[in-house]
Formats: sequence, structure tokens, C-alpha cells
Amino acid sequence: MSQINKKGDIMDSVELARFLTAMTLAVHIIFATIGVGMPVMFAIAEFIGIKKNNPIYTTLAKRWSKGYTITVAVGVVTGTIIGLQLSLLWPTFMQMGGHVIALPLFMETFAFFFEAIFLSIYLYTWDRFKGKWTHFLISIPVIIGGSFSAFFITAVNSFMNTPAGFEMKHGKMVNVEPLAAMFNDSFLIRSFHVVATAFMTMAFVLAAIAAFKLLKNKFKKDTEYHMKALKLTMILGVIFTLGSMLAGDLSAKFLHQEQPEKLAAYEWHFESESNADLVLFGSLDEKTQEVSGAIKIPGLLSFLADNSTKTEVKGLNEFPKELHPPMIVHYYFDLMVSMGVFCLVISGLFILTLIFKKLRKLTFSKPMLYGALLTGPAAMLAIEFGWFLTEQGRQPWMVRGYLKVADAATQAGGLTLVTILFGLLYFVLLFTSAYVLIRMFKEKPAYKDVESIAKERGDT
Amino acid sequence: MLFAYIGISVLWIFLFCYIIIASIDFGAGFFTLHAKITKQDKKINHLIARYLNPVWEVTNVFFVFFFVGMVGFFPDTAMYFGTVLLLPASIALILLTIRGAFYAFENYGPDTKLPWLAMYGIAGLLIPASLATTLTISEGGYITGTENNLDLNWTELLLSPYSWSVVFLAIISVLYISSGFLTYYASKAKDKPAYNLLRYWFLIWGPPMIAISLFVFLSLRLQNEAHFINAVSNYWWMFLLSFVCFVGAMVLTLMKKGHGYAFILVILQMGFAFFGYGASKLPYLLYPFIRIDEHVVNSSMAIALIIVFILGLLLLIPSLILLLRLFVFDKKYVEGKK
Repeated sequence: MSQINKKGDIMDSVELARFLTAMTLAVHIIFATIGVGMPVMFAIAEFIGIKKNNPIYTTLAKRWSKGYTITVAVGVVTGTIIGLQLSLLWPTFMQMGGHVIALPLFMETFAFFFEAIFLSIYLYTWDRFKGKWTHFLISIPVIIGGSFSAFFITAVNSFMNTPAGFEMKHGKMVNVEPLAAMFNDSFLIRSFHVVATAFMTMAFVLAAIAAFKLLKNKFKKDTEYHMKALKLTMILGVIFTLGSMLAGDLSAKFLHQEQPEKLAAYEWHFESESNADLVLFGSLDEKTQEVSGAIKIPGLLSFLADNSTKTEVKGLNEFPKELHPPMIVHYYFDLMVSMGVFCLVISGLFILTLIFKKLRKLTFSKPMLYGALLTGPAAMLAIEFGWFLTEQGRQPWMVRGYLKVADAATQAGGLTLVTILFGLLYFVLLFTSAYVLIRMFKEKPAYKDVESIAKERGDT
Repeated sequence: MLFAYIGISVLWIFLFCYIIIASIDFGAGFFTLHAKITKQDKKINHLIARYLNPVWEVTNVFFVFFFVGMVGFFPDTAMYFGTVLLLPASIALILLTIRGAFYAFENYGPDTKLPWLAMYGIAGLLIPASLATTLTISEGGYITGTENNLDLNWTELLLSPYSWSVVFLAIISVLYISSGFLTYYASKAKDKPAYNLLRYWFLIWGPPMIAISLFVFLSLRLQNEAHFINAVSNYWWMFLLSFVCFVGAMVLTLMKKGHGYAFILVILQMGFAFFGYGASKLPYLLYPFIRIDEHVVNSSMAIALIIVFILGLLLLIPSLILLLRLFVFDKKYVEGKK
């Protein structure tokens, strides 16, 4: 791939294209995560509402899905942006690999289509069906569509990490096997991780909102509503967190097998050795490869990689220096894991207070509520760190082993202008959607919604 | 070869669906704004919102489907269009984002704001114009450089009568199609004031739309003579049928009857023109760089895509019918009783 035209400004365009892609993904992933997680949450709330015949849960489902209309709109538009930017910013990549990953891309669109149709129906048919289960059933295709679109788009990303399903001839990918490319080695583990963490994050974001409302306690009559919301989201949060941790553990083992340079970079692990330490935070002198100020847990890295402290973990020095990922990924890794552990601790404590009667008075105590308030942002940050981790951990490759990022960026003029325009756009979008969401629920106490639903049912 | 034609047919059909549905959507946004400014909003906004709220998101998917499918079936288009369209497509994306996001903020949010309505109403009209640039560029003559260093000739593009006539045609068609559909929707909803206003708009936008279409057709001759000659000698009948449908739609609307049929005629009118244009353009996707027969995806992927496409349609068509039955063909919903 020596297509690069040495104009001198080439580095700039690669860096700009990387920056713009990172910015778009960082914004999109917030809304995409909500998009995958939210349908599960309102479906569960509606299910409990019907099952227990309790209007509080139905109100939860209604209000959650109402807020969701705003986030889903931003998710759709930013998703459209990233879809087209792939060709606009990385045309060489799409020319080289577009015909190998077309299948999952195409399927993602179908899943998205399916979700969009049923979401529209779900949001506008609360009062239109006679049987109370009919409306709930519509949430199932929404969940399927959302989760599957996450699955398929992760397949595209996995292909870039563990390419499969083609042969290389004269710099071109030939003899394409669509299914092999889609079901590449890392596809299942990564999709599992993406979907599990999306569910987890959504549960904690909603828990944080409930905790915030309980701390502020503006409408006394809403207390029961928010308490129920917090209980439900915390219970779901702990379940999904355990799922996410299992997925994370599988990912580490997978990296050890298939992408050892990535795992080694995560842990600043330079020399291959058995009984390898897990390094927490600290700082690195890149020249001497010395780590200072870190907490080291002996043998844990080997254990994470293969369930035995005796396992030898490959060090970075076994790979040529120009193929090393940037060393900053270590911090992303530490932050992602700490955020996840923090969420597990808080939700775990919350569950304990529910199980043991003696602790019951702590369930809605101030410290617990402040803890719950922090889980939402923590989980969302973990998502962002996780994506920065995996994307920068793949550097310098665009398609690992085949195409370098530096060879794939667009040569077109006007990139600086485009980057500035999108930067402004994202700023406005984030600001305005937060503003609208806050306004939406600020002066609207939930108990009134609960009462109106109860009235419709003829409870009073 | 066969895969290439299946692929382009599928994509062209999806693009056509997008054009019709998005036109209704974008035009409706502009009409809402116009009605608000001229204080006629009480007359029609309720009607438009009832139709638009449930369907706008689905509209967007047709567009995504088109460009994902394009890259899937013809990966080389990503290289050429991707490079030269960086600026025009980014502008289109920003407009699409403003349109989609502010539409949601305005319609689902706690209150309405005129600036937001203005943003999405105007963005809606500019999107078709900016997307139409892609079709202009595909006629050739605006790309300079070699394969390794492509660039868009902006002066040429901005000074070309052809590119401007396409832009105007895109904007006016949006208003024409949209008012055509909404006239039908209003007549079904038995909403007299909205009906009168929309019918008036439809009749206003029809004639200039046809005039500009003719101008586009003639200026195509300057831009790409081979395409023009192919269109005139082999596909003239499609353009003639298109015109006949236009006359039919206008006459029905003037006589205030058969608005459903009138809108079907509008779709047929657009369809004949659009498919006539597409068919006469082949074998080039981007003149003179990309030919449909030389740049199609490998056959194993083409087969996989076609299988997925058929399975996908089996899932989508019933779902779309359900959506339409609930929100467009449900008499009580349209009349506002549900």
C-alpha cells in the first residue's frame, strides 16, 4: 500500500481523520449504549407492572421510554454519521475490506430497521391494544433488533482486530468467505462484552437518576416510585455486572491467545515471563521500560490470561517496536476495570441490605444513595474507556496485520474544516439533548402519572 | 454481471423509497415551519405530527440501507465517492443530524421553540439539495486527478448550470411530493382547513417542478452527452409516461377527488423519471471511473448479500405493513380519535 502521496501534510490528515473518528465514536457510543440497554429496561418494568398489576412499574416503563425517544434520535443520527464517515475518512480501508465485511454491515442495517419499526409502534401504541400483554410483546422485537445490531456492528469491529475469511493476493483481499469473515475469532466474545456492558450501564444510569431524585426529594409523593426504581435497577445492575465481568475475563483470555501484544500493552508487560504481575496504575519511563509507583499483584496477570499463575505471558519486547500500541492504554484498562468493580461493590452492598433484615435501614441511607448516584457516570465512563482501550490497543493497525491506519486515511482536502464543523455539532447535540431530557422530567412528578394509569385501569 | 444488476436494482429501489418517504418528511417539516410563521399552524401542525412522529426514524433507515448496500455491492464506490464527497457529504450529514435531532427535541421534548422548528424545517429542505450533489458528480466532469490523488473540482461544480438545476429540482420535488401526500392524508382525516391549504400548495408546486425537470434534462446534454442520448433514444417512453402521470395527478387534485389515486400517480411520475434516469445512466455508476460490471463485489459475498436481503425483506415487509396499518391506514388514528 504505497498509495500515499508524500505531500508533507500527510501526517496531519491521518491524525485528523483519527481524531474525527474518535470524536464521533465517543459521542455515538453514549447513545448507542443507551439504545441497546434501554429497551431491556422498559420491557422488564412493563412486564413486572402487568404481572404484579402495579401501576408504578408501568409508569416507570412509560417514563423511561419517553426519555428514550430523545436519546434514540441522537443515536440514530450519530450512527448514520459514523456509517458514512467510514467511507469518507477511510476510503482505502473500505475499498480493500468493504467487500469482506459487507455482510455484517448489511445485517446491522436490517436489525436497525426492524428495531426502528417496532420502536415506533411501541412508543405510540400504549393505549391502542385491548389485551395488556400485546403492547409488552412489541418490546421483544425492539430488544432483539437493538441487541442484534450491536452484535453485527461488533462483528465488523472484530474483523479489524482478528481478520478472517479471505486470502491476500497482490495487495488485494480475494477468495472471500462471508461467514468466516463475520464469525471471526473475536466476534462472539466481543459482542457478548458489548451487549452485557450496555445492559449494565443502562441499569446504573437509571439507578443514578432514581438515587438523585431520592436525594433531592422534591415531590414527597414520588418517594415510593423512585425507591422501587432504585431497587429494580440495582438488582438488574448486579446481575448484568456479573455478566460483564465474565465477558471481560473471557476477553483477557482471548487476548492472551490471539492478540498478545494488546494484552501486554494493557499491562506494561515487556518481558515474557510466567507468574506475571498485574500492574495497577503507576507511571512508565518508556525508555528504560521501568514502571514506578504502581500497585503490583504478583501472578494475577498470568492467572487472568489462563487461570494459572504458571502461564507464561508474552511481553511487548517480542514484537517490533513500530508495532507497539500506545502505552496510554494501560490507564484506560485500569480505569475501565476500577469503574466496573466500583459498580459491583455498590450494587452488591445494596443487594446485601435487601437480603439481611438487620441492614434494611441502610438501603436508602444517604451514603448508599450517593454511591448509587455515582454508578451511572462510572458505568458510562467505563464504556468510553473500554472503547478507547480496544481501539487504541489495535494501533498501529487498521486491519490487524494487513492495513495500517497511516495508509488508510483520506487524501481529500477540507478535513480540518469538516473536523471543526462536526466538533461544534457534537457539542450542540450533547448540550441540547441533556437540556431537553432534564426539562422533560423536572417539573413532572411521577405520582401523577401513576395515578392516571391507576385511574385508567379502574383501580380507584 | 447478473449480481451487478440485482445489486443496483435493489439499491435503486431503496433509494427511490427513501426519496419518496424522505420528501414527505422533509417537506412536512418545512410546511410546519411555514405555517407557524404565517400563523396557520393551528390548521395543519396537528395533522402533520400525527403522521410524522411514528415514521421519521424508519425514513432514515432507508438512507443508511442505501449507502451501506452501495459499499457492499460496489466497494470501489467507497474509494471514489468517499474521497471526493468528503465535504459535500459531511455537510449533508450535519444537516441530517440537525434535522433528526431537533425534530425529536421539538416534537418529543417538553415544549416547542421556534428556533428549533426553524432549524429542522430549513435543514430538511437543504438535505435533498446536498444529497443531489452526489448524483451530479456521478455524471462526470467534476473529478480531477488520478486514482491515487482524487479531488473535487469545486469551481466547476459551483459554476455548472447542471448542478444548480439539480439542486433546485431536488428542493421543489420535495415540496411537491410532500404536499401531494399530505393532501391525501388531510382528505382522509376529513380535516378541511389543512386539506385546503395543502391542496393549494400541491397545485402551486407542480408546474415549476416540471419546468425545472425539463431544464435538468436539457442541461444533462452539456454535462454528459452519452447519457442524454441514451435517455432520449432508448428510454424516452419512461419520461413520457412520467409526464402523463403528472398531468393525471394535477387534474384529479384540481377536480378535488381521488386523492389517493392522485398520490399514486405522483409516485409513478417520480418512479418513471427516476428509473428512466437510472437505467439510461448504466453501465456507469461514476462516469468514467466506475462501471457496474467491472466493479461489482465478488460472487460469494454477492450471494450472501442477496440471501440476507431476501430474508430481511421477509421480516421487514410484514413489519412495515403493520406500521402503516397502525398509523397511516387506520381510519380512527388518522382522524385523531386514537
